Amino acid sequence: MRNRFDEQLETLNNELIKMGSLIEYAIEKATDAFITQNNDEAEMVIRFDKEVDDKEKQIEGLCLKLLLQQQPVARDLRQISAALKMITDMERIGDQAADISEIVMMLGRYPELKEMIHIPKMAEATIKMVKESIDAYVKKDLGLAKQVIDYDDVVDDLFVVVKDELIELIRSNVKQSEAAADMLMVAKYYERIGDHATNIAEWVIFSITGEKTI
Amino acid sequence: MNKIEVKNLDLYYGEVQALYGVNMQIEEKEITAFIGPSGCGKSTLLKTLNRMNDLVEGCRITGEVLLENTDIYKDMDVYQLRKRVGMVFQKPNPFPMSIYDNIAYGPRTHGVRSRVALDEVVEDSLKKAALWDEVKDRLKKSALGLSGGQQQRLCIARALAVQPEVILMDEPTSALDPISTAKIEDLALELKNAYTIVMVTHNMQQATRISDKTGFFLMGKVVEYGTTEQVFSMPREKETENYITGRFG
Repeated sequence: MRNRFDEQLETLNNELIKMGSLIEYAIEKATDAFITQNNDEAEMVIRFDKEVDDKEKQIEGLCLKLLLQQQPVARDLRQISAALKMITDMERIGDQAADISEIVMMLGRYPELKEMIHIPKMAEATIKMVKESIDAYVKKDLGLAKQVIDYDDVVDDLFVVVKDELIELIRSNVKQSEAAADMLMVAKYYERIGDHATNIAEWVIFSITGEKTI
Repeated sequence: MNKIEVKNLDLYYGEVQALYGVNMQIEEKEITAFIGPSGCGKSTLLKTLNRMNDLVEGCRITGEVLLENTDIYKDMDVYQLRKRVGMVFQKPNPFPMSIYDNIAYGPRTHGVRSRVALDEVVEDSLKKAALWDEVKDRLKKSALGLSGGQQQRLCIARALAVQPEVILMDEPTSALDPISTAKIEDLALELKNAYTIVMVTHNMQQATRISDKTGFFLMGKVVEYGTTEQVFSMPREKETENYITGRFG
């Protein structure tokens, strides 16, 4: 029964997984461009954002079609409404990967990152959050979704550490202050990506249990 | 406050058992919806609430149905019961007489003779059923000339004319177009301020739109009964989930 609807829900699921892969790719490449100071790679990430945006539009259309045609209730309604909310957060993550890349291109040469090991650590932590939030959706893994939410504290703490490091950098070398301000923005983008991954995890929990943690 | 309480109700049509151990509390001034596949017992339970099953040969029940704590099968005259618990059926069934006489029929049988009093009841009932403006200039015309949606509102007005406390509705919109359906739904929401409404519906969206509580029936049993929001967003039972999401069977 409702074979067609089940197929459409499966398509929705697959499209969300694809969008998840797109944003994982975008932040990994943006991070790589930042660490290796590679402008070509940064430019690629900026262009790539259109693919994320297109995927969001496509999934949004699919969700609205399902709401209209199938008038879903119970777990179907939760899955579709969660998907609609999640793609907004995913799209923002894509934007922030592009924002980081724009700063990479503006920065030119900047201080040795070896001295600021905490920005790459922050990047690593947020990438882990995004990956696991999508994994939690794919596997309907409540425990993993909760871990993602808890892990946001790690990212928030790292942001404070990075901020302190950058203040120290400005104090020790005023010429680096502009670069330091840009890097603070990069760190803030990672921190925001962590927040969006938290939102995704919260919608995963809603789609499984019906509980709104937001 | 509970208006109606059903306790351990079993119902048999001859040898066939149609309801099994039904327990349910129906809240006053709320809309309670019964849903479930055909033959699940929802209409049967609705009919026991004003003893319409008395007319079915071989029908017997055990257990209790209480209307404000009075057992309607043991301690209540059926005539009084049906005055207090009115019914509206799936297919509009106006009597083949004028609009006015359709409404006045009930009060007349209950002994109201005064023209002024009857005029008042007719106008009041038609207004409550949101039909007055459409028919006030043709009260003496046959009710059979009304559209299906108007006929159904006339039947609701007729039920209201004897000042009931509870209105039972058995799929009241299944024979109506979407506009007429919307009017009946709006009317039900308006009426629940003064009356207790119990409705059987096959239209899931209707149940979610207008009812406060929903009972899901399957093979003569109440599988789940709860607030409509809970039943349609987080059903407790797998069978309910499968039915409301269309994956039943």
